[in-house]
Amino acid sequence: MGFFLETLLGGLMTGMLYSLVALGFVLIFKASGVFNFAQGAMVLFAALAMARFAEWIPAWTGISHPVLANGLAFVIAGAIMFGVAWLVERLVLRHLVNQEAATLLMATLGITYFLEGVGQTLFGSNIYKIDVGMPKDPVIAFESTFQGGILINKEDLIAALIAAALVALLSVFFQKTSTGRALRAVADDHQAAQSIGIPLNRIWVVVWCVAGVVALVAGMIWGSKLGVQFSLSTVALRALPVVILGGLTSVPGAIIGGLIIGVGEKLSEVYIGPLVGGGIEIWFAYVLALAFLLVRPQGLFGEKIIDRV
Amino acid sequence: MLYRENGQFKTSYRSDLQIFPILQDRVALLAILLVAFVVVPAVASDYMFRAILIPFVIMGLAALGVNILVGYCGQISLGSGAFMAVGAYGAYNVFLRIPGMPLVPALLLGGLCATAFGILFGLPSLRVRGLYLAVATLAAQFFADWMFLRIKWFTMDTPSGSVSVSNLQVFGLPIESATAKYLFCLAILAVIALGAKNLVRSAIGREWMAIRDMDVAAAVIGIRPMYAKLSAFAVSSFIIGVAGALWAFVYLGAWEPAAFSVDMSFRLLFMVIIGGLGSIMGSFFGAFFIVVLPIFLNQFLPSAASLVGITISTAGVSHAELMIFGALIVWFLIVEPHGLAKLWSTGKQKLRLWPFPH
Repeated sequence: MGFFLETLLGGLMTGMLYSLVALGFVLIFKASGVFNFAQGAMVLFAALAMARFAEWIPAWTGISHPVLANGLAFVIAGAIMFGVAWLVERLVLRHLVNQEAATLLMATLGITYFLEGVGQTLFGSNIYKIDVGMPKDPVIAFESTFQGGILINKEDLIAALIAAALVALLSVFFQKTSTGRALRAVADDHQAAQSIGIPLNRIWVVVWCVAGVVALVAGMIWGSKLGVQFSLSTVALRALPVVILGGLTSVPGAIIGGLIIGVGEKLSEVYIGPLVGGGIEIWFAYVLALAFLLVRPQGLFGEKIIDRV
Repeated sequence: MLYRENGQFKTSYRSDLQIFPILQDRVALLAILLVAFVVVPAVASDYMFRAILIPFVIMGLAALGVNILVGYCGQISLGSGAFMAVGAYGAYNVFLRIPGMPLVPALLLGGLCATAFGILFGLPSLRVRGLYLAVATLAAQFFADWMFLRIKWFTMDTPSGSVSVSNLQVFGLPIESATAKYLFCLAILAVIALGAKNLVRSAIGREWMAIRDMDVAAAVIGIRPMYAKLSAFAVSSFIIGVAGALWAFVYLGAWEPAAFSVDMSFRLLFMVIIGGLGSIMGSFFGAFFIVVLPIFLNQFLPSAASLVGITISTAGVSHAELMIFGALIVWFLIVEPHGLAKLWSTGKQKLRLWPFPH
């Protein structure tokens, strides 16, 4: 029982990390109808920027305080992500308005290649570390309830808390601020939003910026967990089932989907994996998402698909 | 005025039903076949064959398969790499497990394995659509990656799933030299491409296009969505499977599951979109573009850099390649979102009137 709960908790925490990446997909899809494959590359790019500036700032300016250096690096990486968002809107999206979904998808794949190339040219392609002072030692909880207690990774716990905080922050931003209202209006109907004077182009920049910051936070957490390296961009592929399970247009969907996928992945790996040779977690997540899609083709929380002839 | 159909009257049902109704098209096709089968083998160097021509022919075949599914039936698929892998490993198993199995039937049986796999993973398309389907087809990709790495039966218990074939021959002729490999692939491509060209203008091809344009409306006028979608998956994955088997047997010789990773799926989709959705010709344009571009960049970048006095490391070159590849694709999608095939048809339209502007 203790082991089961431990796996379950581990799955929930990994799930929160997946939702963090999935959130980036959902934000951009909601506001511009673009399925942004480049989210993974953005995570890599942001993490690389963060890791390298955290290394460079003490060397250049002599600021040796780790919190200050990391904070500065975070701000600079955030600014770089703003730049990326602005360039993407200016150079790519603006010219591809009203194109088919497949064309837009391919354009973001092009952006993926580009960002991967630029990121590694600018920041190097070795494995870097992000050290934001996450505690690495596990703690043991519920020792009195179960024999041996449950092993909880403190790092995962903090990461999950950060993810939850970010989601709460984003919901407030979407619900309460005027920019958030404009974003929701654009998501509902591009034309109607434009006709009441919401500047589409600026909204797109804003939403790509927000997605960039989400990517930065995801990159920071994943990076401090796994190290910043090229394989970080494949995190996006792990997060895709989360997005379709939760629904492409739903922020809560990304969270719930992330939790379901995280738990499903861990439990399947532990309980089914040994029977078939292991390593099943990647495709199991997709098959799980597919099973949900067969019942609800628009994902758990997606907008209902209505066909008109 | 060189290219126009004026004066070419159709006087019988036979001539009305021709695949290529315009005389100039037929002449051009024969000329292309002549060049591909006779002139190219006579002049191309060994490097040309191995680096460009053989990959181009095989990738053209795979892109053709993807185009049937994505371009004609409108089902976006990111699992093409998996279909190629199933074709390759299917053909491998048939080829090695059945003693005395000839090469061509082995390839076709590999294609049939891919068909079965494609129909299985095409089933979600009956419920799920658009981008949701695109992501769902990734399930096929990751499942195939895992299957050929972990289930040892498929790879004859070789570690890490890397296998190889040797001693290929067709009707007693060895397929060893680059020219023979090229001609063999080209012959298969020519037969399948002609079949596909014929198929997409038949009743079933029109059903696919109706489903692509609007599946509810198609269902209303009496097209069975299940039959149309699954047949598109079947035909497309068969062609992709044969291409995968060729890629493995003829081009690679020895391969492992990573040869058919998700990157391959993306590349195939690039080919189709850059070449032009819903165009047989476009598949070849796209395949050529995607096959030649990295080679060109690889050759061109170091010399261009040394011209301006910078030496870039090998890693630098590969990063720059990624960058330029990505940027070119985005640029291409912006200037010609309908693909190279659109340029081709615009060109033909212009030729109709040439030398007059109107």
